Amino acid sequence: MPTTAPAFADATASDSALRRFLFGLPGVDAVGLEARAAALGTRSIKTTAKAYAIDLAISMIDLTTLEGADTPGKVRALAAKAVHPDPLDRTTPRTAAVCVYPDMVATATAALAGSGVKVASVATAFPAGRAALDVKLADVRDAVAAGADEIDMVIDRGAFLSGRFLKVYEEIVAVKAECGTARLKVIFETGELSTYDNIRRASWLGMLAGADFIKTSTGKVATNATPANTLLMLEAVRDFRAQTGVQIGVKPAGGIRTTKDAVKFLVLVNETAGEDWLDSHWFRFGASSLLNDLLMQRQKLSTGRYSGPDYVTVD
Amino acid sequence: MASAFEYAPAPESRSVVDIAPSYGLFIDGEFTEAADGKVFKTVSPSTEEVLSEVAQAGAADVDRAVKAARKAFEKWSALPGSERAKYLFRIARIIQERSRELAVLETLDNGKPIKETRDADLPLVAAHFFYYAGWADKLDHAGYGANPRPLGVAGQVIPWNFPLLMLAWKIAPALATGNTVVLKPAETTPLSALFFADICRQAGLPKGVVNILTGYGDAGEALVTHPDVNKVAFTGSTAVGKAIARSVAGTEKKVTLELGGKGANIVFDDAPIDQAVEGIVTGIFFNQGQVCCAGSRLLVQESVQDEVLDALKRRLSTLRLGDPLDKNTDIGAINSAEQLARITALVETGEAEGAERWSAPCELPSSGYWFAPTLFTNVTQAHTVARDEIFGPVLSVLSFRTPDEAVAKANNSQYGLSAGIWTEKGSRILAVANKLRAGVVWANTFNKFDPTSPFGGYKESGYGREGGRHGLEAYLDV
Repeated sequence: MPTTAPAFADATASDSALRRFLFGLPGVDAVGLEARAAALGTRSIKTTAKAYAIDLAISMIDLTTLEGADTPGKVRALAAKAVHPDPLDRTTPRTAAVCVYPDMVATATAALAGSGVKVASVATAFPAGRAALDVKLADVRDAVAAGADEIDMVIDRGAFLSGRFLKVYEEIVAVKAECGTARLKVIFETGELSTYDNIRRASWLGMLAGADFIKTSTGKVATNATPANTLLMLEAVRDFRAQTGVQIGVKPAGGIRTTKDAVKFLVLVNETAGEDWLDSHWFRFGASSLLNDLLMQRQKLSTGRYSGPDYVTVD
Repeated sequence: MASAFEYAPAPESRSVVDIAPSYGLFIDGEFTEAADGKVFKTVSPSTEEVLSEVAQAGAADVDRAVKAARKAFEKWSALPGSERAKYLFRIARIIQERSRELAVLETLDNGKPIKETRDADLPLVAAHFFYYAGWADKLDHAGYGANPRPLGVAGQVIPWNFPLLMLAWKIAPALATGNTVVLKPAETTPLSALFFADICRQAGLPKGVVNILTGYGDAGEALVTHPDVNKVAFTGSTAVGKAIARSVAGTEKKVTLELGGKGANIVFDDAPIDQAVEGIVTGIFFNQGQVCCAGSRLLVQESVQDEVLDALKRRLSTLRLGDPLDKNTDIGAINSAEQLARITALVETGEAEGAERWSAPCELPSSGYWFAPTLFTNVTQAHTVARDEIFGPVLSVLSFRTPDEAVAKANNSQYGLSAGIWTEKGSRILAVANKLRAGVVWANTFNKFDPTSPFGGYKESGYGREGGRHGLEAYLDV
């Protein structure tokens, strides 16, 4: 697959061409965008629709541990939870992936062998991305060599904010080249990009450079995934597919903790990008605490009563 | 559009509303039968179910109500403003407390989605009473001189598209300024006004200050022509507005008219396209397009016309039409069989004149009055659908090439109530807004209302302003 969609080859010919292209994208009216996201948040999802949404959300989770204190034991526990999220109910779908730092990929790959759960890794000097390109590429190579199915890269926000768009573009292209068959998720850290116009430009920049997924944030800053920035990115992938035929995934990450929130995001997907994205191949939640709330809600739907936090695992 | 993610029905409970089998006229603080005993039925437009039977006012009832209002005027107008404010604040709070009940009632009687009555109508109704309650003791500072006087008895006739909101727009400023009121709600949506009568009693409002007469056009005519009415306020069709203007010409009555519209929603090529599409939807499909200030003429710059139309059709395909009590419903029922017939006839005219029709692919319920969201392309200024108010979920799309052409086309209408401008360029918003002949011009939004903001029209859209400080003038002797 070409790294740049052919329809937009000219757009990435030079820094100024890329700037002209990105600044030629339609603007975003912040008030209108947030109002639309809030309006979709009032959809009332009950009974069968809720059961469907809960199972779908579980299957879309990238179960994540990104702590300095991570150990092989912790990663194996998480892997076990990813395969059987609810030990009391084996009909519960497994999560989409387990997301770890590159040095834990081998552990995770071994623990998940044959389960169908993917191993994702945050390479490229996550979360700041402040390292030389060689270092970032080495990070990616390590993770891929250890068996990672998916690479979550952070963009160089400093370069983006100073207008060096081609540098950001070329970095993504270079990382994509190291990924081999692994799918590439490009993280914009939308909280640091600060304007919705920037988020739309970053989305297009990432898609032009060959991202398989565009992702809101690292989960390590104050503002992470919001309904509004996710809605905006869903519009971007919808428009990109309409113009190129290429479908790109979306991953909101950070701050989505409750079933109610997750359902609102699924409504955004359903009514913006459409049902083609209602699948773990095209939409993910970067969330770890979300899973237990989904499991408790799932138990409530099947038994009619709330169980409590001791009926789900703490891993 | 069928989807893997089907939303299960989420109907709001009807049990919060207790609709009586019959209602009388509300005159001098009491519910009473019509003098000639006539009644009529009110039905739910989404099911055609009969909700209740209400008294049909005639000329004798109008006379009784005006006399009651005249008698109450002496004491009510003599109250200090701060005392009138207390009643209005009390009414506003009761409306908030009963807002769920009133929202469900309005949806049953009118057919609009619960989402709109709950999130738009009722908060605005309460806000209008709060706002004008705040003015009641500050009239000396409203800019109309010291101690401005009320006019007397106000005869008010309101339409069926926003029954309770139009009631609030009429009654709140009238009472705040010391007038008393005889109000006639539309014959298809009388119930929320009758519930409001109950709220007036709950608030301990003195008898006769507010009187509600349910009935048909003849009652409205008797009211506006009654010799002892000092002020006429009407919201409704331009044809009826003209008749009212003729009937009060030469009398000392003060009149405000809020009539039809054919609002231009102008989308420039540098607009935030996704938000503009939402604004177009809000502009014409809010309340099934049964809004006098609807943005029913889309003027889109030629260079982005295809992009906007594609996005708009895609968006319309996701609108959810059906049971208005379902919290997930976006498009409810048309208010009456008569209105549905009017919309249908105008759409047929549009097709016959050569405009190209596109309707959203949604299934219409088998009972009730329904019309799928529809748009017309290849429309020119000469087409009926570009000139006549359709008052339904029908959008006419025209194109333009330059800002001057957009302004010329937008202003080329017998109406002038509202307009919208979509562009990321602030200077263009100001330049274009200054040239538009419309009472309200929204920029990068549409159909936003607030009690502090005056509302009213140019040309055949009427005269006078409601809302804001300007709205006081219509009820004061200035």
